[in-house]
Amino acid sequence: MQSVHIMSAFDEELKYLSKRIAAMGGHAERMVEQAVAALVNADPGLAEKVIRDDAVLDEGQREIDDKAIIIIAKRQPMATDLREIVGAIRISADLERVGDLGKNVAKRVVAVTDGRQPTSLFRGLEALANLALTQLKEVLDVYASRSVDKIGFVRDRDDQIDAMYTSLFRELLTYMMEDPRNITPCTHLLFCAKNIERIGDHATNIAETIYYIVTGDQMPAERPKGDKTDKISVSATPPAK
Amino acid sequence: MAQLVATRLWNSRWLLAAGVVAVLIAFAFAGISAYVLIPALLLLLVAAMLPAAGLRQSAESAAAIEAIGLQRLSGEYLAAAVADPLIIFDRSATIVHANAAAFAAFGGIAPGLSLPLKFRAPEMQTLLDSVLSGTIASDVVDYTEKLPVERAYRVSASSVGHGTDLYVLVFKDQSEARRIDRMRADFIANASHELRTPLASIAGFIETLRGPARNDPAAREQFLQIMQNQTGRMARLIDDLLSLSRLEMKPYLKPGTEVDLRQTVDSVIDSLAPLARENNVTIERDFATGPLNVPGDRDELFQVFENLLENACKYGQSGGRVLVSIARGDDGSEPGIDVTIRDFGPGIPEEHIPRITERFYRIDVETSRTQKGTGLGLSIVKHILTRHNARLTIWSEVGKGAAFSVHLPTH
Repeated sequence: MQSVHIMSAFDEELKYLSKRIAAMGGHAERMVEQAVAALVNADPGLAEKVIRDDAVLDEGQREIDDKAIIIIAKRQPMATDLREIVGAIRISADLERVGDLGKNVAKRVVAVTDGRQPTSLFRGLEALANLALTQLKEVLDVYASRSVDKIGFVRDRDDQIDAMYTSLFRELLTYMMEDPRNITPCTHLLFCAKNIERIGDHATNIAETIYYIVTGDQMPAERPKGDKTDKISVSATPPAK
Repeated sequence: MAQLVATRLWNSRWLLAAGVVAVLIAFAFAGISAYVLIPALLLLLVAAMLPAAGLRQSAESAAAIEAIGLQRLSGEYLAAAVADPLIIFDRSATIVHANAAAFAAFGGIAPGLSLPLKFRAPEMQTLLDSVLSGTIASDVVDYTEKLPVERAYRVSASSVGHGTDLYVLVFKDQSEARRIDRMRADFIANASHELRTPLASIAGFIETLRGPARNDPAAREQFLQIMQNQTGRMARLIDDLLSLSRLEMKPYLKPGTEVDLRQTVDSVIDSLAPLARENNVTIERDFATGPLNVPGDRDELFQVFENLLENACKYGQSGGRVLVSIARGDDGSEPGIDVTIRDFGPGIPEEHIPRITERFYRIDVETSRTQKGTGLGLSIVKHILTRHNARLTIWSEVGKGAAFSVHLPTH
């Protein structure tokens, strides 16, 4: 809940910041969505558009940084207001990274879709992207509604994303072992999957920042649990058919 | 029209009477001539065209009725009467009122929430900016939501009245039309890929039957059996694809209907009793007491539990028993009811668990084929549960079996 300041201009400035964050969020969501769509439908035109759109996010982040610094200098904010402003700086940095990761997926479209790839390769990636995008969407919805009591879903979904990523990693390794011609597209897809998994992590970061903005406390730490790809190795004999 | 002319004639009756008298006088004195008849007719015409004072009176009274009626009309009732999602917001883009359809479609929109924070898509941002800045009075954009279910809207934003400082957003749902197109494309893509395998095998057997196996009755019988199995598989596949496509057609549920889970699960167990007997599996029940109702669609939930229980009987066959339990799950963030279907079969390897709800994802192609699976069962389950705002949790340990738990929110 936001209290009212004597200077309504200050309220306006804070509101403007959160509006810019939401606009950046919308852009980032759209970029990731389109990058994955470009990959699955082998659409280099759409990929080009995503790569161009990244500039909007970079610009957004610079603007938020400038505005935030000016507000701090001018208003000398405290408590919630200060957290709000510092939070905006952090969230915009996370969103800018999300945009970069989306752009990187888009850049790989041409290399992946060069030859005809079986659709099963993309199905897993699409499901992973859906999980990460749902995560991002729900986190940004919480930013709008400020109902941090429901933020527990973030951790659950993060575990799901990690599990899905681990499974995808294993699957792609298997494809590579089956046929060396798969190595090029699968390597690119591995990076795409990694990028999407990172997008989920950034969404989790944003959730933690929102929790901090609203409550003033850090989100309670939980057992660290990442993906398990660091332990995966696939035996050299191809799996029995 | 005729009535209008009649009213006008009646209102100008004195003028007309004067005309008729004039004609009669002229007739009496000079006999009728064209010079008299034409002015008389003209007079009649003019009388009919004269705007009627009485009409003006009735229009005024209608306006008065309208004003009284509209004063009594609250904007809230009007918004509630609109079937499409409708959101009223003020100059700072803060929601003032959202109707029930908007709540159902977007959820979590309360008065006081800032609109651009909720509708973040770039096109929505420009729409709101342009209407709020006053450069244009109203505008329309196409807006699509991908998650959790795909929906497409044509959104119009405009200011309300003069100087009220209120604005309104109306969402027209276009998802259906969009989905019909997509459904066709998806259906063909999925179907052609999955139908090709059984079709190729049938074609192969026909060739053999006409060639080398022409005079071998034993082989013929065996081949025909295989062909029958394959056509059965194709039929099942088409059924599943169709029901999946149908689900995708209607993205969210009609609110207001309640489902009795106890009765639904009971009838699922009854309908699968023959299959369980065939597989030597006993189905055990462990239901909580008291009413077990959740909002939802009975037929769809029936399909969810049917698919889950069928899987448990088929793939958990070696365990010999399946446990179906219904419990109140109030521990999580939202109160609801958990329906768990647990088998004691071989279990699912960990790396497959996140992916088994994907279309055509199979852990083991061979087992799936022999058990007449289409690769779509869990995909359908997941789709239906998404529509019910429900969660599917899968627990499994290799060698100990698997548990599929459905959490259905009660509110």
